[in-house]
Amino acid sequence: MSPKPKAPANGMLTAEVPDAMSGASVSRRSFLAGAGALVVVFSAPSVLETAGAQEFEGGGGPGAPSPNQLDSWIAIGADGKVTAYTGKEEIGQGISTAQIQLVAEELCVPFSQVNLIYCDTARTPDQGITSGSQSHPTNFNHRNLGLAAATAREALLELGSKRLGIPADQLVAAEGMISAKSDASKKVGYGELVRGQKFEIQLDPNAKRKPASEWTVLGTEARRPDMPALVTGQFEFVHNVRLPGMLHGRVVRPPVVGAKVVSVDESSVKGMPGRVQVVVKNDFVGVVAEKPWQALQAANKLKVTWSAGTGLPNHGDFYNYLRTAKPTRDTLLVNSKDVDQKLAQASTVLKATYYYPYQMHGSMGSSCAVADVQGDKATLYSPTQGVWPVRGSAAILLGLKPENVHVIFRRGSGCYGLNAADTVTFDAALLSQAAGKPVRVQLTRKDEMAWGENYGFAFVMDERAALDGEGNIVAWDHESWSAVLGNRPGYNTPGNVITGSLAGFAPEAFMARSPAPEPRAYSNNSNGVPSYVAGNVDGTAKGTGRITSERSLMHNIESPFFTGPLRSPQRLQNTFAQECFMDEVAARAKADPVAFRLRYLKDSRVIDVVKGAAELANWEARPSPNPRSQKTGMATGRGIACVAYEGNNGYAAMVAEVQVDQNTGKVSVKRIFFANDSGPISNPNGLRNQIEGGTLQGMSRALVEEVTWDEQKVTSVDWQSYRTLPLGFAIPEIRVNLINRPDQPATGAGETAITIVAAAVGNAIFDATGARIRQVPFTPERVKAALSQTLSRA
Amino acid sequence: MSVIRLTVNGQAHSFDVDPSTPLLYVLSDDLALNGPKFGCGLGQCGACTVIVKGQAIRSCITPMKAVAGAEITTLEGIGTVEKPHPLQTAFIEEQAAQCGFCVNGVIMTAKAFLDKNPRASEEEIQQAMSGVLCRCFTHTRMLRAIAQARADLGTAK
Repeated sequence: MSPKPKAPANGMLTAEVPDAMSGASVSRRSFLAGAGALVVVFSAPSVLETAGAQEFEGGGGPGAPSPNQLDSWIAIGADGKVTAYTGKEEIGQGISTAQIQLVAEELCVPFSQVNLIYCDTARTPDQGITSGSQSHPTNFNHRNLGLAAATAREALLELGSKRLGIPADQLVAAEGMISAKSDASKKVGYGELVRGQKFEIQLDPNAKRKPASEWTVLGTEARRPDMPALVTGQFEFVHNVRLPGMLHGRVVRPPVVGAKVVSVDESSVKGMPGRVQVVVKNDFVGVVAEKPWQALQAANKLKVTWSAGTGLPNHGDFYNYLRTAKPTRDTLLVNSKDVDQKLAQASTVLKATYYYPYQMHGSMGSSCAVADVQGDKATLYSPTQGVWPVRGSAAILLGLKPENVHVIFRRGSGCYGLNAADTVTFDAALLSQAAGKPVRVQLTRKDEMAWGENYGFAFVMDERAALDGEGNIVAWDHESWSAVLGNRPGYNTPGNVITGSLAGFAPEAFMARSPAPEPRAYSNNSNGVPSYVAGNVDGTAKGTGRITSERSLMHNIESPFFTGPLRSPQRLQNTFAQECFMDEVAARAKADPVAFRLRYLKDSRVIDVVKGAAELANWEARPSPNPRSQKTGMATGRGIACVAYEGNNGYAAMVAEVQVDQNTGKVSVKRIFFANDSGPISNPNGLRNQIEGGTLQGMSRALVEEVTWDEQKVTSVDWQSYRTLPLGFAIPEIRVNLINRPDQPATGAGETAITIVAAAVGNAIFDATGARIRQVPFTPERVKAALSQTLSRA
Repeated sequence: MSVIRLTVNGQAHSFDVDPSTPLLYVLSDDLALNGPKFGCGLGQCGACTVIVKGQAIRSCITPMKAVAGAEITTLEGIGTVEKPHPLQTAFIEEQAAQCGFCVNGVIMTAKAFLDKNPRASEEEIQQAMSGVLCRCFTHTRMLRAIAQARADLGTAK
């Protein structure tokens, strides 16, 4: 049998995506090159230079479509259909649907008339990485895709004005037509106006954006266009990319951390079926065969002699290692310089330490990529979150010019950050380069978990509060320790992920620095600054709280494992500690946790979500723990937590109601009440999907997930040794209050919920039982240990 | 190597394969089907689920020799974009996916269960789905979609 590349299943996400303008699989650029140029003269060209570029995340590089040029974003076909090009990709979060809505809204065309092409270095602008809850802020506010669509609409109005002989201000754009306001019979379609040609103008920062109050496409629950293909098995994931003559590769990873190749015995796989080829580059080892099963057999049989490993810090004592290891890289986020004095003078000082483990992205599907490296050119089908950065780093890995590397995004299994997507792209690239043929690589489950992804950060966090005689907080001190190694590979650091490192490239250097320099500008990107402090840096207080005596100091050390930005990186860990600690201080003051928070908040958007969640939960104002709780058997309680995500990129509060079995230590989350403010809501259904998923993923991370290891290697290698909550677990009722802010800029929404689950649940456990649990995950053993401490104190 | 015959979604095929090759590899690679997926290769997550004789089985750990001559139904075989199965319709109605990688295992496991237990309670459905994973945690919508499909299937009968 010779499987052929399949025909496009849904016209949207296939190896060759038909352009709306041509209906055929030709490249947009070659099509346009032969089409002649249409020049639209703008009234104020001098101001165009500033649009987009300065705020652009991407580094561009050879061949990157200019972000200032409208044609980089929007093309209109002779049939009037719109093709939009974006550097923010669909990874399951629903952003492609929202971006189609955005273009349809600003361009005044029906949703169904927009075809969205995302993340292909031959066709789409460089918008860096799809990450960090940045897709909405980047493309929906007044720049990039949103501004491009508005610029196109205004250009079409100008063209229509010339064609119809009517001033542009007397025309209206609607349903893909320009028509006269006074006489609807005077009209012309977009297709006829543009005829498939280029706009050849720049983004216009003065282009008028549609106010959210006038939205007809945005703000609706537009359905995801990929859903029918997904549920019928027609959708093509990267796992389903099939190229003619494609071979199958498997990698052979070291048995223990730090082991290096001593020798590879190629004769050990000689004569195995499938024309097995062995590939070695430094400590990168892999095999290629005709069929995937043959490649797996060969990888299992290949005899590789490895050196001894470097050993790992003791898992049981790791948090102590984390806070004492040297050297460190120290960073101060805020420092009012009076914290030590306030702590010394306080009538009471409260102190608590919180612990957060390494966790996995743990994608459902192990990562996969298909590479075709022939001579000095490469085409990579990759589930990476950043096609342009990976083009640069893959070029370095392969020794090719970046302009000769073509990276095409194909959806992988949900990644939530830096799963093994980039590493497996490098695996496929190296194997294809050696084989001189297209090679598909899918990792094994063990290689995905132990030798594929960059783990979410382990953290130790100390919180200290100085209280006055009435129990008021007069100073807050936050100090954290976490370990880092590698990161996303970016444009030039292939060694930031495992494959690049094995192939001989160094991860970004660890730059030790102690003591920390004084902060120069306020940034709370990591949520290292608690919501309740003023955030006073350089004379202006940009934080969300009122406490003016404040210090936030973070220490990084070098990690024994590769680390990366797992959903809500640092933000979740810091928020867990701060929000639990706020609860501890409130309990000490015998204050209601909601009222106590509100006393220290000054930002109205944080205040509104706290109030919104409390109202939804029918919150009973009283101190924790619950005075009605029994000391044995089942206990119930509720807890609250809130966040200004990254300081100002989304606002959320959550009330969790839990039941704790005090005999077994088992925690069940019964109900969740969640209030969210992400600015104007582009798609309420998509937003709720993100909130529901983030909440439950947050529960899984709070209750069961933790990477484990022995003296030499990671021991979390499958779904039995790395636990996740399955479809059958007792799912809480989730009630959501979506606060719509049509007058505000768009913020991120994919990480607000997950950031506060652990704190809300931890606070609810305290409310139920009086036991404070300060270490994630909240396993029954840890809950029981916390309960026994409470009893021994009582 | 040996010749093994299978019927997949009503079509007969024969394969000259190592009989220990997992069924999933043949479905994905030789038949180029996109429905069943490799998630773990260990039978732990459900992404590879197909239906044989009414049973949901994990094709990633089922060797070809164990299914010789069998009739296999995959996600592609229960409905199409134009004519979806009630479960597929319910998933679209509920927008019950995020990345969508697990959907194959969720729908196929649910189908095998509902076919045998058309009047299952929501707790029984949840129990039946307890061995299936979704890492985007679209659980709420998926379980709602399955309950909806159970109602639709009941009405259809």
